[in-house]
Amino acid sequence: MKPTDIKDPDYFHKVVDCQWACPAHTPVPAYIRLIAQGRYSDAYLLNRDSNVFPGILGRVCDRPCEPACRRTRVEEEPVAICRLKRVAADHRDDITDRLPKKPENSNGKRIALIGAGPASFTVANDLAPMGYECTIFEKLDKPGGLMRSNIPAFRLPEDVLNEELGYILQMGVDLKLGHPVGSMQELQDQGFDAIFVGTGAPKGKNLNLPGRDEAAGNIHIGIDWLESVAFDHIETIGETVLIIGVGNTAMDCCRTSLRLGAKAVKVMARKPRAFFKASEWELEDAEEEDIAITVNHSPKAFVTESGKLVGMLFELMDYDLDDSGRITEQRVTGEVMIPCDDVILAIGQENAFPWIEKEAGITFDKWDVPVIDEQTFESTRKGVFFGGDAAFGPKNIIWAVEHGHQAAISIHKHCQGDDLTARTADYIELESTKMGMSEWRYSNAYDASDRRQMEHIALVDRFRKLDIEVELGFTPEQIATEVERCLNCDMQTVFDAPLCTECDACIDICPVACLSITPNAPEADLRAIVQAASADQALFTSTELPLSGRVMIKDENTCLHCGLCAERCPTAAWDMQEGKLTIHYAHDQKLSAEQ
Amino acid sequence: MTSFVKPKIRRKNEPVNALNKVRADYDGTASTLCAGCGHDSVTASLARAFYELSIDPQQVVKVSGIGCSSKSPTYFMSDAHAANTVHGRMPAFATGAIAANSALTYIGISGDGDSLSIGLGQLAHAMRRNVDMLYMLYNNGVYGLTKGQFSASADLGSTAKKGPANELPPIDPAALALSVGATFIARSFSGDREQLVPLIKAGLKHKGFALIDVISPCVAFNDHKGSTKSYAHTYQYYHKAVHADYVPPSEEIMTAYGEGELMPVELHDGGTIRLRKLDGEYDPRDRAAAFAKVLDGQDKDEILTGLLYINEDQPDMHARKNTGPRPLNQIPYAELNPGAEKLAALQMTMR
Ligand SMILES: Cc1cc2nc3c(=O)[nH]c(=O)nc-3n(C[C@H](O)[C@H](O)[C@H](O)COP(=O)(O)OP(=O)(O)OC[C@H]3O[C@@H](n4cnc5c(N)ncnc54)[C@H](O)[C@@H]3O)c2cc1C
Ligand SMILES: Cc1ncc(C[n+]2csc(CCOP(=O)(O)OP(=O)(O)O)c2C)c(N)n1
Ligand code: SF4
Ligand code: SF4
Ligand code: SF4
Ligand code: SF4
Ligand SMILES: [Mg+2]
Repeated sequence: MKPTDIKDPDYFHKVVDCQWACPAHTPVPAYIRLIAQGRYSDAYLLNRDSNVFPGILGRVCDRPCEPACRRTRVEEEPVAICRLKRVAADHRDDITDRLPKKPENSNGKRIALIGAGPASFTVANDLAPMGYECTIFEKLDKPGGLMRSNIPAFRLPEDVLNEELGYILQMGVDLKLGHPVGSMQELQDQGFDAIFVGTGAPKGKNLNLPGRDEAAGNIHIGIDWLESVAFDHIETIGETVLIIGVGNTAMDCCRTSLRLGAKAVKVMARKPRAFFKASEWELEDAEEEDIAITVNHSPKAFVTESGKLVGMLFELMDYDLDDSGRITEQRVTGEVMIPCDDVILAIGQENAFPWIEKEAGITFDKWDVPVIDEQTFESTRKGVFFGGDAAFGPKNIIWAVEHGHQAAISIHKHCQGDDLTARTADYIELESTKMGMSEWRYSNAYDASDRRQMEHIALVDRFRKLDIEVELGFTPEQIATEVERCLNCDMQTVFDAPLCTECDACIDICPVACLSITPNAPEADLRAIVQAASADQALFTSTELPLSGRVMIKDENTCLHCGLCAERCPTAAWDMQEGKLTIHYAHDQKLSAEQ
Repeated sequence: MTSFVKPKIRRKNEPVNALNKVRADYDGTASTLCAGCGHDSVTASLARAFYELSIDPQQVVKVSGIGCSSKSPTYFMSDAHAANTVHGRMPAFATGAIAANSALTYIGISGDGDSLSIGLGQLAHAMRRNVDMLYMLYNNGVYGLTKGQFSASADLGSTAKKGPANELPPIDPAALALSVGATFIARSFSGDREQLVPLIKAGLKHKGFALIDVISPCVAFNDHKGSTKSYAHTYQYYHKAVHADYVPPSEEIMTAYGEGELMPVELHDGGTIRLRKLDGEYDPRDRAAAFAKVLDGQDKDEILTGLLYINEDQPDMHARKNTGPRPLNQIPYAELNPGAEKLAALQMTMR
């Protein structure tokens, strides 16, 4: 196997599992260390650089980082990364004077942003301080996109949303509410230097079954219904409610129903639990509120009596699964009618761009989805960019943010006449953390504590109003314990082969046996030696060791960054070095002319 | 916060042995030896061998003398019995213990000072009796614990860290063992686990006295240029003669090696030691050949390693004395002490 190139900025980035998994590459361990030191404002601002909405995301992020967390290699539960983000937001001081400012002068470039969701707001956040004149056109009367209209206030309080959107508006962004863009061509004629489409995926899927039209008054499309609730157009619902679908939208619909007075809410799933789309924690939160989730019921018809919905007919399903859990066979074993007063359909969302004319020069594929470049987010029409759910279909907030950052870079380059693909590369700086004998500049001791559990407001208090936040945030004791669970995966084990005397001390002290010295061999053979089972992480291989010509190998997957190898090494051949990754945004792009 | 203690962590896919123990179950308390000391590496090889053989630590006795090496029993298999004895006197202690209870597995750990300087006489007699134990001689050419004076294994001309060259000829433990009757004689190196771990397993399963002379550099006092027991010197003059693998009774000997290269030696437990020639026609079952080979290695300044001699046919101490297999602590008192009358009768036979 060839020696590992640790200069490749992706190499150590990938070792920081949470940061690598985060679409916006939030430097998680670095902000957790700031929280540990009580530096909440610094932790907040560090978060904000990459994810823009720490207070919002600290509550409702989809958390792709958590399943990836290294902690799960040695125990079941990941670090409560998301909850700690909220800690930074909850405990920060007033940081307004540390935010990017509205610039003195405009740079003369005008950018139109369609839709006031997280994607457009991120673009504005990145471009407005640089002097770009950003105008956001929003169809609704309030900004925030689905964060306002669909994510219920009991998960995301309105003042948290307002505050973080407000930070960006204060950078000199022109927000035009109640301004639906009805024609792309008309907008193009207004002479903007670039257009960003951040209109989301606004169309909820319908379920055309017998009885649909007759019962229309009591059948609701989930995302439209949530929006109506959010804007107080709907204030009640029937006593018995069926939710069709088990994604995250379904979880918000069922819990919202309870708060509007429903007494019995059932979530109806076509398949077994392993196939549910909702995040595990959203399912748990719903079940805590006594929501019943019924599996293996496939909707067949809406049942009406004298023009009014009285229930729904389901086919009872039976599935055969193979060893890997895939469905190999399915059968209908019967039918059942479940009475209800209302049905909410939560079976997915789609893009829809009725306002983009054929003549606008934007190519759509055969599914009517715009053709977008995955790196630059430019459409087939120069100067028109897409991001968030509008670009590649419904995802989540943190993806919308990352799209926004990337689109902002492209818009900047477009406006400056630069090559969109000539983006400034990430780089990593490594710095030793050794302070002295047995002393490192981070908390290297392994803390065996279990994940702290978020306290919830008591069930009896929860349903009185629609906007009572359920999660209470971490207590100081919980914070103190949870920060220590983080393994500091950005404290990289850096090996200097010429220094090694092959004494094996590092190999023997390593608590997870992820090191070895061995004659070089093909990768598969080396992996077997240290049980490096996961192909997601690299196997580090050194250059030839000076004494025996063998190589040092390390399974990057199991290493717990405890630093004991470096602590034990008599020659400091292993060192724990903080890997600081620099990711570039629009404002620090080098333009080709300067490079 | 910092830490120097190896935490007990179970990896999700961690392998276990036949006793359902993980390798870490054979660890001891954290070593207090110098970071980089060869001794820690040898100790880790011991732990691995015991783990791989699925030996229950509670059925093991660790005995040692005095020295950095002799501190090592603390650093592996915390669950085993152990005694840290007097400088150079471990062989006598071990002989006594084994006489009383041969049902346990005995491992002696000693240094070159402990074994070849102060304890030479003790070691020689334990070998002569073919006491059934594995004796690990952690050999670094110096008294590490007392700050690096030459020991009796220091080579002629090897220099001290600060000071003159050694003027006395070394005692080669392998040559000594051959002459006084040890029945399993091997040499290895702390840095060569591929060789050492199988040797330890074979030594543990051998019935009789097994000596492994293992070069184990002292990083604090004997790892400099001019030393012949440094890591660098050892790697440079390292020479493998024979490789030995222990094959448990249940497993069949594989025929992966070319014919003639494999020399199986049947053990008392039904297992086999499989020898692989790495250096010409040398056969470690031949005592005279072993002698010649060891002396030849000395002449060539080679560090001759591997299983140098094995004789599975010599009776061990118990067999020779015809003492029964039952441990003394399991023999009822009345049987152990048949009373004054029986004693008087016995004495009468000697009048
Ligand atoms: C019920 C529900 C719950 C969710 N929960 C979570 C969660 O907990 N965590 C998470 O990360 N994600 C969640 N999501 C997904 C997340 O909200 C979206 O992925 C994200 O908001 C997408 O951001 P965006 O900027 O692309 O678009 P959106 O947030 O959809 O914003 C688009 C905006 O554009 C406006 N608009 C549309 N067309 C026009 C037009 N022609 N002219 C002017 N304005 C227009 C819309 O009114 C809207 O305000 C949830 C989604 C739903 C439906
Ligand atoms: C009777 C007696 N004499 C002298 C000593 C001092 N002493 C302690 S350890 C040691 C030498 C140990 O050398 P070695 O066995 O090679 O062990 P190492 O430390 O090198 O591993 C000596 C001489 C002692 N403890 N007891
Ligand atoms: S342990 Fe900490 S740094 Fe490592 S993946 Fe988890 S949160 Fe990230
Ligand atoms: S930091 Fe070193 S000792 Fe700790 S787990 Fe990683 S490789 Fe092992
Ligand atoms: S502890 Fe240091 S010198 Fe010893 S083997 Fe490990 S890296 Fe090499
Ligand atoms: S003094 Fe030498 S023998 Fe003793 S612990 Fe240190 S390195 Fe090892
Ligand atoms: Mg010594």
